[in-house]
Amino acid sequence: MTLFYLFGGVAVITSLLVIAQRNPIYSVLLLIASFGALSGLYILLDAPFAAVIQIIVYAGAIMVLFLFVVMLLNAPHEDTDLDIRVHPMLHPGAMRLGAVLAVALVGELIWALTNSNVSGSFPAGPVVSVATIGRRLFTEYAFPFEVTSVLILVAMVGAVVMAKQDSAAKGKR
Amino acid sequence: MPSLNDYLLLSAILFCIGTAGVFVRRNLITILLSIEIMLNAVNLTFVAFGRSLGGPDGQIIVFFVMTVAAAEAAVGLAIVIALFRHRESLNPDTFTALKW
Repeated sequence: MTLFYLFGGVAVITSLLVIAQRNPIYSVLLLIASFGALSGLYILLDAPFAAVIQIIVYAGAIMVLFLFVVMLLNAPHEDTDLDIRVHPMLHPGAMRLGAVLAVALVGELIWALTNSNVSGSFPAGPVVSVATIGRRLFTEYAFPFEVTSVLILVAMVGAVVMAKQDSAAKGKR
Repeated sequence: MPSLNDYLLLSAILFCIGTAGVFVRRNLITILLSIEIMLNAVNLTFVAFGRSLGGPDGQIIVFFVMTVAAAEAAVGLAIVIALFRHRESLNPDTFTALKW
C-alpha cells in the first residue's frame, strides 16, 4: 500500500507539473518521471511485460521523439498574448470552461468509483509471463498484430511525407 | 493491498489531468503530451482490470495502445513541424485557415 501511494503520488504530481510547466523540455522530462512511476505501478499489478515496454517504448522511444522535436523547433516558450502575470479570471472563456469541466470530470469519476461495488482486492494468481503473452499475440491476436505492423508502416511513411521540406512552398516564399 | 478501485481512481485522476492539459494549454507539443497522459491513464485501467480478471489480455491491449500511441506521436509531431514551418508558431489559435 505504501508503494502504491508513493508511485501514485509521483505519477499525479509529475503529470500536474507537466501541464503547469511553460517550457516544453521540462514537460517532456517530467512526463518521463511520470512514466517511471506508472511502470512501478505495473510491477505492483504483477504485469512485468507492461512495465518493461512502458520504459522501453514510452520513456525510451516516444519521449525521445518529443524531446527531439522540441529541440528541433527551438521554441521553448508558449507564444500567446497571455502573460504569466494575467490573472486566471481574465483568461479566455474556453480555457476556464475546460478547466472547470476537467475538475467536474474528476468529481464525477471519484463519486462513481467510490459508490460502485466492484469487488475490492485482486484474486491471487500466477504472474503472467512474457512467454504467455507472446504465444497469445501470435495465435489469438495474430490479425490485430499484423494490422499493427501495417499501421506503423503507414505512420512512418506519413510522418516522412508530412515533415518533408516542401520545395514548392519554399520557392514561393 | 490496494484494491481495484484505488487503481481506477488513480487512473481517473490522471485522465482528468490530461483532459485539463488539452483544454488549458495553448502549445501544440504540450497538448500532445497531455494526450499521452490520457493514454497512460487508460493503460493503467487496462492493466488493473487484466489483473483483476486474470490472464494476459490486459497487457496485450496495452501493447496495442502503445503502438497506436507511437504512431500518433510520430504523425502528430510531423504535422507540428509542418505547421511550425509555415507559421513560426505553436499556438493552435493561429492555425485558423484551412488553406494559405
